[in-house]
Amino acid sequence: MDTMGRSSVITIESLSKRYGASTVVDNISFVAPAGRVTGFLGPNGAGKSTSMRMMVGLTSPTPGSATISGRRFADLRNPGREVGVMLDASAQHAGRTGREILTIAQRMMGLPGRRVAEMLELVSLTETEANRRVGNYSLGMRQRLGIATALIGGPAVLILDEPANGLDPAGIRWMRDLLRGYADQGGTVLLSSHLLREIEVIADDIVMIGNGRIVCQGSKTQLLQSAGTIARAADMYALKRAFDTSGLPTTVSDDGALRTDADPTRVGRVAHEAGVALIELRTVDGGLEEMFLQLTADTQRERADTQRERKGA
Amino acid sequence: MTAIVIDPVRDQRADVYPVPLSRVINVELRKMFDTRSGFWLMASIVITALLTTIGTIAFAPETDLTYYTFAKAIGFPMTVVLPIIAILSITGEWSQRSGLTTFTLVPHRNRVIAAKAVSSVAVAIASMLFAFVIGAIGNLVGTAITGTEMVWDVSLAEGVNIVLGSLLCLLTGTMLGMLIRSSAGALVAYFVYSLLLPTVAGILASSQEWFRDLQPWVDLNYAQAALFEGTLTAEQWANVVVTASTWLVLPAILGLRLVMKSEVK
Repeated sequence: MDTMGRSSVITIESLSKRYGASTVVDNISFVAPAGRVTGFLGPNGAGKSTSMRMMVGLTSPTPGSATISGRRFADLRNPGREVGVMLDASAQHAGRTGREILTIAQRMMGLPGRRVAEMLELVSLTETEANRRVGNYSLGMRQRLGIATALIGGPAVLILDEPANGLDPAGIRWMRDLLRGYADQGGTVLLSSHLLREIEVIADDIVMIGNGRIVCQGSKTQLLQSAGTIARAADMYALKRAFDTSGLPTTVSDDGALRTDADPTRVGRVAHEAGVALIELRTVDGGLEEMFLQLTADTQRERADTQRERKGA
Repeated sequence: MTAIVIDPVRDQRADVYPVPLSRVINVELRKMFDTRSGFWLMASIVITALLTTIGTIAFAPETDLTYYTFAKAIGFPMTVVLPIIAILSITGEWSQRSGLTTFTLVPHRNRVIAAKAVSSVAVAIASMLFAFVIGAIGNLVGTAITGTEMVWDVSLAEGVNIVLGSLLCLLTGTMLGMLIRSSAGALVAYFVYSLLLPTVAGILASSQEWFRDLQPWVDLNYAQAALFEGTLTAEQWANVVVTASTWLVLPAILGLRLVMKSEVK
């Protein structure tokens, strides 16, 4: 994609953040490449926002580094034109209008005035909405305004913290198409979410973080790759017999369906040959969801524990 | 339609230039007026200037109807309002959390603070000039109405001193904004500093002999009040320099350090 001889990547190297004794971000390293949407996934409080704040220089790492195309954020000449950032759509002066917030960004970056109208159109904020004060905006409208502010400088890199938060399903779809188009044109997108479904829909690559550490990372296809097949038939005994005779080891899942490591093609053929009619045949996802649920549960349990400790103390 | 406007692969690096400080100043100046509270603070400068002028003509004894009376009457509300503008300009970035955007567009926070200080000073000087003009008009109109003799009793040097005194008030606001970084906290601190402390110092000075001699050297309010009363002796200038260094410059340096280090959440 790199016809201009430049490729904007976000490189995170051994990034950590400690506050006193507690470690919020623990030695994370990953790369968000150009032309792809990288999803930064993790339960609430996993360290996503702190990591993102460190990437844009709002928080200083202890220690570690985050660079954009090899340069620290603070060394960018006109940051808004190189990296579009939205960390919290609600972090705006409530007394300013949407248009004014865009105008401030446009002026600070030294852009032509028409960019404001273009961005309002891009994120579908009407004239009336743009002239209202942000204090009266819904969360969805704030997100749209935040996206507009991030995109106004035409940056090659986007860093968005929970951009889909507060958007309705149509809004999430709009966001997905927007970011997809942006990455397809060679842009680099890093977005965070605490919802696996959201990340699955939007991202190409996934970096999963829990308790400040990276739990797993890879392409979505890789991580969601089949880890077996679930099959169900009206006659489960016949199905089990068919699998046994074909030498397919099976386990019975919680809901009574059979689970096997073979791929769906093979399972379907075995059932067909044995004359068993299947009523369900699907792949099991690569454990990403299970891992994520585990992570979420762990975090919640820890929180419950600390609360109990506090009460006890 | 998205393809036209976002275009991430456009070769922008070639036309990306560093953000000049003048641009940051312009934007910060704009940000002082573009909210409802900002607008009304600015408007209040104009409104109080007009009201005090009318009030002076109506209520001041005829013998006091001099230019100095007008300038002082108009200048007083400004010394209250200007520091508030300076405070909110800085603390808003934290209290309203707009710093999240400001400090990512301009990662070097000292440049943002410098721009805010410069635009606050610019607003203050413009306001003071406005006060002198309104005062002059008031003096012309007032003496014409009462038929008394016109008295122009503010020399250029005295005028400069008044501006300087007001700037010290304003920069106190800037300093407190940096030091406290919360609108409510900084405003309370400012009123304690400008209204409560002088009273306490006054009581102390009238009851304690030792403090009376010390006061000009430790009390910024006291030292700076001389600036509004005419020309200063060399010792009074020294008082201003010593107290301003202690109560303005040193805390401001500490505040700037905190601004540079503090997290914007």
